[in-house]
Amino acid sequence: MVSATATVQRRSWYKRNEIATTPWLFLLPGILFFSVYVVIPIFQSVWISFHEWDGLGEMTWVGLGNYERLLTDDRKFDTSFWNNVRWLILYLLAIPAGLFIALFLNQTVRGIRLYKSMFFFPFVLSQVVVGLVFSWFYLPREGLLNAMLALVGLGPVNILGDPTLATYGIIAAGLWPQTAYCMILYLTGLNAVDPEQIEAGRLDGAKGFKMLWYVILPQLKPATFIAFVVTIIGALRSFDLISVMTNGGPFGSTRVLSFYMFEESLSEFGFRMGYGAAIAVVLFFLMLGFIVYFLYSMWREEKGAR
Amino acid sequence: MNRTLKASVLGLAGLGLLTSTALAELTGDLRIISDMSNPSPRAVMESLAAEFGEMHPDLNIELEIVDREAWKTQIRNALSANPPDVINWYAANRMLPYVNAGLFEDITDMWDDGSLTGLDAVRGAMTIDGRQWGVPYTYYQWGVYYREDIFNELGLSEPTTFEEEIANCQVILDSGRKCYAIGTKFLWTAGGWFDYLNMRTNGFDHHMALAQGELSWTEDEGVRETFANWRRLIDMGAFVDDHQSYSWQEALTFFTDGDATAYLMGNFAVAPMRDAGLSDDQIDFYQFPVITEGLPQGEDAPTDTFHIPSGAQNKEAARAFLQFVTSPDVQTRINNGDNLGQLPVNANSSVDADEFLEQGFEMLSQNAQGGVAQFFDRDFPAEMASVGMEGLQEFMVFPDNLDDILERLEDARQRIYQ
Repeated sequence: MVSATATVQRRSWYKRNEIATTPWLFLLPGILFFSVYVVIPIFQSVWISFHEWDGLGEMTWVGLGNYERLLTDDRKFDTSFWNNVRWLILYLLAIPAGLFIALFLNQTVRGIRLYKSMFFFPFVLSQVVVGLVFSWFYLPREGLLNAMLALVGLGPVNILGDPTLATYGIIAAGLWPQTAYCMILYLTGLNAVDPEQIEAGRLDGAKGFKMLWYVILPQLKPATFIAFVVTIIGALRSFDLISVMTNGGPFGSTRVLSFYMFEESLSEFGFRMGYGAAIAVVLFFLMLGFIVYFLYSMWREEKGAR
Repeated sequence: MNRTLKASVLGLAGLGLLTSTALAELTGDLRIISDMSNPSPRAVMESLAAEFGEMHPDLNIELEIVDREAWKTQIRNALSANPPDVINWYAANRMLPYVNAGLFEDITDMWDDGSLTGLDAVRGAMTIDGRQWGVPYTYYQWGVYYREDIFNELGLSEPTTFEEEIANCQVILDSGRKCYAIGTKFLWTAGGWFDYLNMRTNGFDHHMALAQGELSWTEDEGVRETFANWRRLIDMGAFVDDHQSYSWQEALTFFTDGDATAYLMGNFAVAPMRDAGLSDDQIDFYQFPVITEGLPQGEDAPTDTFHIPSGAQNKEAARAFLQFVTSPDVQTRINNGDNLGQLPVNANSSVDADEFLEQGFEMLSQNAQGGVAQFFDRDFPAEMASVGMEGLQEFMVFPDNLDDILERLEDARQRIYQ
């Protein structure tokens, strides 16, 4: 009896609270890094955005001044914002395009693996390489695009040099790898389509588009959701292509918010940290909107599954 | 050539021995961070460090060479955390943020006490608030590089006035070529054109007043005249098409292929022109022509510099290094055609026997009474420069947007220079 109580006392604090603390111990490294690299910087950015600061000297408090300028009379911000919207909408074309290619490739013929990998190839390339390839493709005098247009008798266009076309030119370049990504997602999704349901659909007389719309697509819903998420995120991360292809030009017409933020705060002529941080905060809230939506739909999905 | 180089190294080492006996012996570490990362500047920097090390055997020199573009943003970290003893940077307004933040050592005493003789001409570029914050080590002229062979073929001669320039250009256009190669993708090349047109139309002082935010972009008549002059060239079709899609290097092919006959550029463009197979008989140089009669000519001559961070550990050695770099013999050697291929900053140095360096040196020493500017992106504050160059590029493509562009620049001016 005595010895039993002794062993109970000898058990360490950790042993006694093992069930409660172990999960936290496993989470600790993650929480630590997530807060140091993500959560704390978010609050710091918000704090910096209320100041004027060149990154070296004293920070001067300007309150909401940066936001006031940003939202009332900054044409660069307007251009960047609307370019972001263009990216978000047009980039979604990658989803139907990816679905179409996936349906096309979802067959068993000789060498299909080779064709699949060739369609997937652009996604493996670095965005910088994609940007370079497309900027050569668009070159005004010697580019392949103009050579092709000349064959059908159309005049030369300088897509990346024309402020009304440049953004669309870059989006087209971005769609190339993004379509491949969506295609791969749908190809794996198609593997999981239940053949019995297709059989049943066929017995009920579903064919072609109706079969796709009412039988296949509902089963591809998880793949569509993921494709949607990665495409939205991809559209908001369009920085590399813009930087490589036009460097924000001509005369700033292809800027997006992330590029503008970089220019203001970290580029050669930048170091207006407060203003850059204000742009970052606006971009953060835009992204937050999407993230909340994604989390909400995932939560709803899980609840429905239970 | 190798032998002469060795001989000069030996000679310098000898000279070093002579001077070092006069100085107190330097000890400790000397940490240098340099942005001279292109092949020949890199060799120059390495040889400078090696020679300085030979002169001061007790001094341990640590040289770190950083990519030139990366350095433009890395300098901030380098200066604030554990700063080295010597760094590279640029003259004029580019120094301002670091001077204001107290990160550059004030070395006015060196300029005053005669340690830096022969540098009076470049002192202005190193001055902020009446004090000096570093030393220059090289600079280069800007001007019009042109295809001598095509000019000869068309019977043209170097123009000295804007009217002659335009008359020449008309002949060139009639021959199916463009007058000027330019690539404005990275904007700054348009800044060069504005610098020259404005300095020639309104004078150096007007240009500097504009750079310092004292003149209005929309109200000032002179600014409008500058753009009107520029527009004459644009309306003629003098510049290559689609220049907004090319970098300056890509636009160089117009020049080397003979599709464009002239290039307003810095002297650094000569090396790639030669590499592309043009001989010195095919290229020549002239000073940007006079627009308004009687105005003393101002020139762009960007200057690269050395500075001592205020947090440096071994300032004594750093000062000795700055003095060494700017001394006449070192200046002569590092700027010659085999090394940097630019102009020495010391008036007692000699210029290498190179067609372009000689012309540039003569131009800057005899025919730049207006003054020497650094360049659009170094004379204007950073934010004004970036807004401005973007506007200049837009003007070159859509000259009709001028009013809108000037309004934008004026808005920026009122915000930036408060």
